[in-house]
Amino acid sequence: MLYREAGQFRTSYAEDGRIFPIRQDRIGFALLLLVFGVAVPLLANEYWLKAILTPVLIFSLAAIGLNILTGYAGQLSLGSAAFMAVGAFAAYNFILRVDGMPFLLALALAGLAAALVGVLFGLPSLRIKGFYLAVATLAAQFFIVWVLVKFPWFSNYSSSGVVTAQEVVILGYAFVSPEARYVLTFAVVAVLALAAKNLVRSATGRAWMAVRDMDVAAQVIGFRLMRTKLLAFAVSSFYCGVAGALYAYTYIGTVEPEGFNLDLSFKILFMIIIGGVGSIMGSFLGAAFIVLLPILLDNLVPALFGNALGAGFVSNLQLMIFGGLIIFFLIVEPHGLARLWQIAKEKLRLWPFPH
Amino acid sequence: MQFFIEVLIGGLLSGVMYALVALGFVLIYKASGVFNFAQGAMVFFAALSFVGFQEVLPARFGLEAGSAAVFWLSFLLAFATMVVLGIATERIVLRPLVNQPPITLFMATIGLTYVVEGLAQMTWGANVRGLELGIMDEPIAWLMDDYGIGVSKFDLFAAGVAASLVALLALLFQYTKVGRALRAVADDHQAALSIGIPLQTIWRVVWAVAGFVALVAGMIWGARNGVQFALTFTALKALPVLILGGFTSVPGAIVGGLIIGASEKLAEVYVGPLVGGGIEGWFPYMLALAFLLVRPEGLFGERHIDRV
Amino acid sequence: MARQSGEVIVDLRNISLRFGGVKALTDISFDVREHEIRSIIGPNGAGKSSMLNVINGVYHPQEGQIHFRGQLRRRMEPHHAAEQGIARTFQNIALFKGMTVLDNIMTGRALKMRCNFLQHAFYWGAAQREEAAHRLKVEEIIEFLEIQSIRKTPVGRLPYGLQKRVELARALAAEPHILLLDEPMAGMNVEEKQDMCRFILDVNDHYGTTIVLIEHDMGVVMDISDRVVVLDYGRKIGDGLPDEVKGNPEVIAAYLGAAH
Repeated sequence: MLYREAGQFRTSYAEDGRIFPIRQDRIGFALLLLVFGVAVPLLANEYWLKAILTPVLIFSLAAIGLNILTGYAGQLSLGSAAFMAVGAFAAYNFILRVDGMPFLLALALAGLAAALVGVLFGLPSLRIKGFYLAVATLAAQFFIVWVLVKFPWFSNYSSSGVVTAQEVVILGYAFVSPEARYVLTFAVVAVLALAAKNLVRSATGRAWMAVRDMDVAAQVIGFRLMRTKLLAFAVSSFYCGVAGALYAYTYIGTVEPEGFNLDLSFKILFMIIIGGVGSIMGSFLGAAFIVLLPILLDNLVPALFGNALGAGFVSNLQLMIFGGLIIFFLIVEPHGLARLWQIAKEKLRLWPFPH
Repeated sequence: MQFFIEVLIGGLLSGVMYALVALGFVLIYKASGVFNFAQGAMVFFAALSFVGFQEVLPARFGLEAGSAAVFWLSFLLAFATMVVLGIATERIVLRPLVNQPPITLFMATIGLTYVVEGLAQMTWGANVRGLELGIMDEPIAWLMDDYGIGVSKFDLFAAGVAASLVALLALLFQYTKVGRALRAVADDHQAALSIGIPLQTIWRVVWAVAGFVALVAGMIWGARNGVQFALTFTALKALPVLILGGFTSVPGAIVGGLIIGASEKLAEVYVGPLVGGGIEGWFPYMLALAFLLVRPEGLFGERHIDRV
Repeated sequence: MARQSGEVIVDLRNISLRFGGVKALTDISFDVREHEIRSIIGPNGAGKSSMLNVINGVYHPQEGQIHFRGQLRRRMEPHHAAEQGIARTFQNIALFKGMTVLDNIMTGRALKMRCNFLQHAFYWGAAQREEAAHRLKVEEIIEFLEIQSIRKTPVGRLPYGLQKRVELARALAAEPHILLLDEPMAGMNVEEKQDMCRFILDVNDHYGTTIVLIEHDMGVVMDISDRVVVLDYGRKIGDGLPDEVKGNPEVIAAYLGAAH
């Protein structure tokens, strides 16, 4: 009986336009922020922070990026990982080559660099649609990684092509411990996720969705396709770029261009399909799901079948389960986990009266 | 000049093999409007099944290893496997997703790709295997002797196979009842259904045929480069071929394949050294992209008019 | 008729439109006067929708000139037309299926909103005030068209008649000078048609909006139109007051197939 909205009236359009119009949701969300922003870094162990929570947050950010482009603006991209690579290597070079470059500025510039590249590869979207565009984004995927490999300037002439991220220092404080890195990641992701939510619920988001749902009608209303689509590419790539920089600086520490391969792009695509296409929260759910599933399988399969099956078996099983889940979600719940959550909430609002 | 011709011919012949993979895409796209990303995984699975059966048959059933019987039996079994896979795909993936937007179906086939890749390696193991078709990968003697141009016998053989496959499919499309039904379905699902064409049967046939094409492509690619996971990447190369040729055109797939094959080899040889090599990986995409900007509907595709 | 039509605001001269070898429109001249209800009728495939598409820049005719308020327009894109105050509904409803009714109608305000995407990202101050102000305007239209109860429903779930109404609402949200309606009453029952007629006349009366209407229901057309143009096979075969058009032998032939 806690989840009741009786007696809560929205008396202005501003109130009606809130992200969480129901008071319980606002309280719940504040609690969630407190738990993941304060309690978790204090209580969670190093493994969880380093291997699970930090990557989930980073991939959520990348998934938000892809969701903006694919879920909201309707432009399918298979090259998200390449834009992450741009972000990671841009941040590396900004910090390396500009004396006294503040980390957060480098992060923002990394995002902007990715946005610029994103706009460039978004240009074909003005003439081509659907699969044709999907294939065009593959060009971005292969070309960007090739450029980063072939021009050693980007990796500061490291002989192996692998670069080691510099230490993250903000206002004299070095983010070395897993807790500190997690908190930094959390803060960046929280702010950017809020901004993304604001974008998609405002006129910008409506323009994207209009272009997604029916581009001719959108033009007739007065939206400029070019501006709308390129903005989606820019914002989306900005998010992927920042995610890529965080990936390098607060998660794995050493990166090489080939790490940002097509497989990673697909993984991010899977996150939004499973989490929910066209949902910011779904991006978080999907990222958590895709990060946790292999860990779960790695632990579960040996426990159930012993070690006789070998590592190859587990990785193949993982491929099949990933693929199977994608098909399953597309068939059964195309709006993903986010939609399931929404249905649960609607049921809860009416509970205990079913109708 | 000799060198140029050699590179050109080599490129054209490898283009034939891209075309072979692209053909599988075109078939399925024509009949069901599905852009089947899993075609590459199917090529891999088919080739792996073929070599897998070639190993299993002598080991388990005492057939003579390397004999013609084993070869053809393996071929038939691998084909049967692909047919089963095609029917299962139709039943489990496509039927529940009928009338969904094409992009949803496309993403479903990405899921299918993962399933098929996992299944293939789980069944047959992940080792790289050789595949022997009995044709040597050596230059044709008289061309080499008289003109100094190296053209591989094997490549020529592959081109021959591709050509006959295309001819066979063209005949199938044009002159059989199934082919006619198939063209009707490609034109308009609803209309085809309304005059009593069994859509699901047609789809099964198409997926089976695509499986056959995948098997042939897989055997040729496998004989060339070994049967290994990298086979799935050849399918990615077929995508720019499709962009050039258009998704619905069989001749487009062939011409597109030839253009991509030739241009990527020429680019690698003549432009590659200037920028550090390895441009084969992305050159076809960039070429296709540049092409799209000029002609969004592909070489043989139809210009689409938005009706509102 | 009480309504007084003003000066010519849209003037199409000798328009020809081809798709490949197919002639959709041949040498059509046609004008729309300020404040009138102008109907386009004709058998299926006569080129009616193509006319609307030419007026608001979706199609670009190969020949002919379009004057808008006395000014010659060169190649115009749809968003230019929108900026000139032309709004439009479509024959096969072109709503944004994934969005709610409210969001759909809000898109109609797009050209009137000034905040940029950075302001949207912060959703604070100006952006929030602007959103609320436009919401107010949209709520007026929602009330006018009597669709309050479906405000937050995704449009995909609505029945056909309501979808048509939402599409009209979206067009009205732009506060257009000229409203192009492509078969707004197709597939409706009598009550729904009556409602729609009322809305169209009200819009014309209240807001002084000029209306160009394609409709098959001759009763409706003859009732509410100020002037009617008749197309057949992409050619103009009649133009004038409803009564004049009704008596035109060529029009009768096109509709009834009578011997020439």
